[in-house]
Amino acid sequence: MGKSDVVLEMRNIDKEFPGVKALNHVSLQVRKGTVHALMGENGAGKSTLMKCAFGIYHPSAGEIFIDGEKTEFKNTRDAMDQGISMIHQELHPINTRSVMENIWVGRVPHRKIGPIHVVDERKMYKETVELFKGLNLDIDPRKKVGELSVSICQLLEIARAVSYGAKVIIMDEPTSSLTETETEILFAIIKKLKVQGVAIIYISHKMEEILKISDEVTIMRDGSLVGSWIANELTQDLIVTRMVGREMTQRFPQRHNVPGDIMLEVENLTSVNPHSFKGVSFHVKKGEILGVGGLVGAQRTELMEAIFGIRKIDSGSIKINGKQVQIKSASDAIENKIALLTEERRSTGIVPMLSVLENTVLAKQTAHTHKYQTSLRLLVDRKRADDTLQFVDSLSIKTPNIKTQIQYLSGGNQQKVLLGRWLLTEPEILILDEPTRGIDVGAKYEIYTIMEQLASQGKSIIMISSEMTELMGMSDRIIVMCEGYISGMMDGKTATDEKIMHCASSHRN
Amino acid sequence: MVQSTGVKKKFNKQFFLNNGLYVVMLALIAVIAFISPKFLSLVVLRDILMQSSTRIIVALGCMFILIAAGADLSGGRMVGFAAVVSGSLAQASTYSNPFFVNHADLPILVPVLVSVVVGLIIGMMNGYIVAKLDVPAFIATLGTSMFIYGLNSLYFNLPPNNSQPLGGYQKAFTELGAGSIAGIPFITLIALGCMVFVFILLNKTCLGKEIYAVGGNEEAAKFSGINIFKIQMFVYSMAGVLYALAGVLEAARTGSATSNYGAGYELDAIASCIVGGCSITGGVGTVQGVFVGVLIFNVISYGLTFIGVSSYWQNVVKGIIIVAAVAIDVRKYRTKS
Repeated sequence: MGKSDVVLEMRNIDKEFPGVKALNHVSLQVRKGTVHALMGENGAGKSTLMKCAFGIYHPSAGEIFIDGEKTEFKNTRDAMDQGISMIHQELHPINTRSVMENIWVGRVPHRKIGPIHVVDERKMYKETVELFKGLNLDIDPRKKVGELSVSICQLLEIARAVSYGAKVIIMDEPTSSLTETETEILFAIIKKLKVQGVAIIYISHKMEEILKISDEVTIMRDGSLVGSWIANELTQDLIVTRMVGREMTQRFPQRHNVPGDIMLEVENLTSVNPHSFKGVSFHVKKGEILGVGGLVGAQRTELMEAIFGIRKIDSGSIKINGKQVQIKSASDAIENKIALLTEERRSTGIVPMLSVLENTVLAKQTAHTHKYQTSLRLLVDRKRADDTLQFVDSLSIKTPNIKTQIQYLSGGNQQKVLLGRWLLTEPEILILDEPTRGIDVGAKYEIYTIMEQLASQGKSIIMISSEMTELMGMSDRIIVMCEGYISGMMDGKTATDEKIMHCASSHRN
Repeated sequence: MVQSTGVKKKFNKQFFLNNGLYVVMLALIAVIAFISPKFLSLVVLRDILMQSSTRIIVALGCMFILIAAGADLSGGRMVGFAAVVSGSLAQASTYSNPFFVNHADLPILVPVLVSVVVGLIIGMMNGYIVAKLDVPAFIATLGTSMFIYGLNSLYFNLPPNNSQPLGGYQKAFTELGAGSIAGIPFITLIALGCMVFVFILLNKTCLGKEIYAVGGNEEAAKFSGINIFKIQMFVYSMAGVLYALAGVLEAARTGSATSNYGAGYELDAIASCIVGGCSITGGVGTVQGVFVGVLIFNVISYGLTFIGVSSYWQNVVKGIIIVAAVAIDVRKYRTKS
């Protein structure tokens, strides 16, 4: 690999924000036709570096070279014109418009009739079809984007980047919302792009993925460069150690919990929605961690939300401690000592502009109002603050103070606040939907430890997870769902990737 | 040296962003007082407070809605309806041109209560349309506002009144609007009472916290066990009651009422709330902020009239202030992130 292969080079980049040095002399060399993984905990500076590479931020110091020539980016449009594209973690497609309009938005093929630019629909369609053909994508260019799944939108974003003639495509957590099959499709596209000479900068927390597809790995910590390595010289343990800067011998805590009597029993639960879960039966014991595996669309979240009273049930029964219960709303569920930590932290978890305190006490305040009230029905601020501080302490939530708006906390800390919210309601059954999604390695381990402690205290934990290692590493027992049915059940110790995948992809055996 | 001025500049900017509202109001008062020093007198203060009182009550109602991430265009027409209903019931039996012929003097609690109950019912109707029928709040309340105005006009046009402006109220009723205790107008005291009540409700009760949560993130609130329907019904009902109360006081203050009373109040109230720091997307808003928001608009109209600026210019200034306030507010949050 000679110097001439380097398509993008960032040299000694500094980036300062008021009061913070976000990047400190970071350098990065990305070669033509390779996948370059960028790794680091949340807050390590990966996104800041990429925003500098994409013209969103202007570095305070340092140089950027494209094909060996020094350059700078005035804005993102300028970066795109110079061959850099970025696929963001969160997509913002125009849902009401067609696939092809989304691809060509801002530079729609047109003809000029007098002073008027008229959209050339046929050319746009043709070019889109050609673009998709080159990437082996089978999507109707005339379909509305709103009708497509999130994962397809992700692939569309990539196609759009390619259509700009990108030399470097930055992908920020591209697989966070993809299923295993969809991830495979993405990887196939990445391979195709590599052959075409495109370089990919790949940001992800998923170690297996990184080792599977990347050629080189750059690791960052606290805004500085740790180093760059050839991918096949690395192991998962090495990466983790270099990311956190200390030995992390285990990714999962030792488990001491002992499953006891049956706590929650679900029988023949069927949704009112014919496309959702059907005839689901399972149970979870006291002190047990039950993993729920499956692909996106397996209706795992829908099932849990139904148990929690948010979605309607057509038939079936739910028993807690052997007694049948009727749960028609979240407050019924909380009364029955069920807690649900939702998958979508932003849309169904945090109230962004409210403080850490208000977010922590939200559920308990509603369910057990009297515990915070004086006889005049006024709230006692001290009691609410005490409860909050207790969890800020025990869950080691990093926040300037409890009056800070929760939106300014990192994802991992937000998640811990939400966990605190639910622990305050003193639940016996905790349903955790993708509890470590988008969270860095250190915070993940902390969440696992809390789960283990809760289970050891005799609480029942149901954990939905799409990460195989997490599912196998943390569950006493695993049930797998597919298309609304439970398609398999296995012991956590003897489960394997293959077994879970087999059940997740088919329920007719 | 260079560094220190830089820091100072930043500090000033941050200070302005955080306190822009107060800075603007004080600057405004300073300018007006400079041109006409008599502006700084107790009489003027009293007048401004009196004029602001009913507006504050309307804005408080509007604030509930905005905090809960709703919208309400029916406020102004509700004020008008309450003014006419209470006016029609508060007339003295000796009045020569009565709304109801041959009626006795009713205790003034009757017009007040009847109007407030009407406000409550209409508020509940708004709440039900928004929360149960899932009609977007903007449209729902646009509809009810027309509906109310229509009802009001029909009522106001009943013979023998035939759309004559109401008048001839009992002394006790006009006293409610124009009287004062120790120099402080009753209606200002009532507005103050409303502010204290709303402040306690929002900050010191569970219900208040739930309203902020629902407005901040309705889904998160639902998953936390909050009954969204209940909260929405409450905020619209509460707003209805406050609008009606303002309407009653408006009739009492002016000693008259027509079906056009309150026209445009809803937009003034929204403007005051926004200038006072409420977010149009919900979850944010304080009583203090709304109070200052209302005051700013009244200082502008009163103050500029005081120094002889035409009312056309007043609207120009108000328009600029609304846009500027929000532009500043948006930047306040941007610098933090």
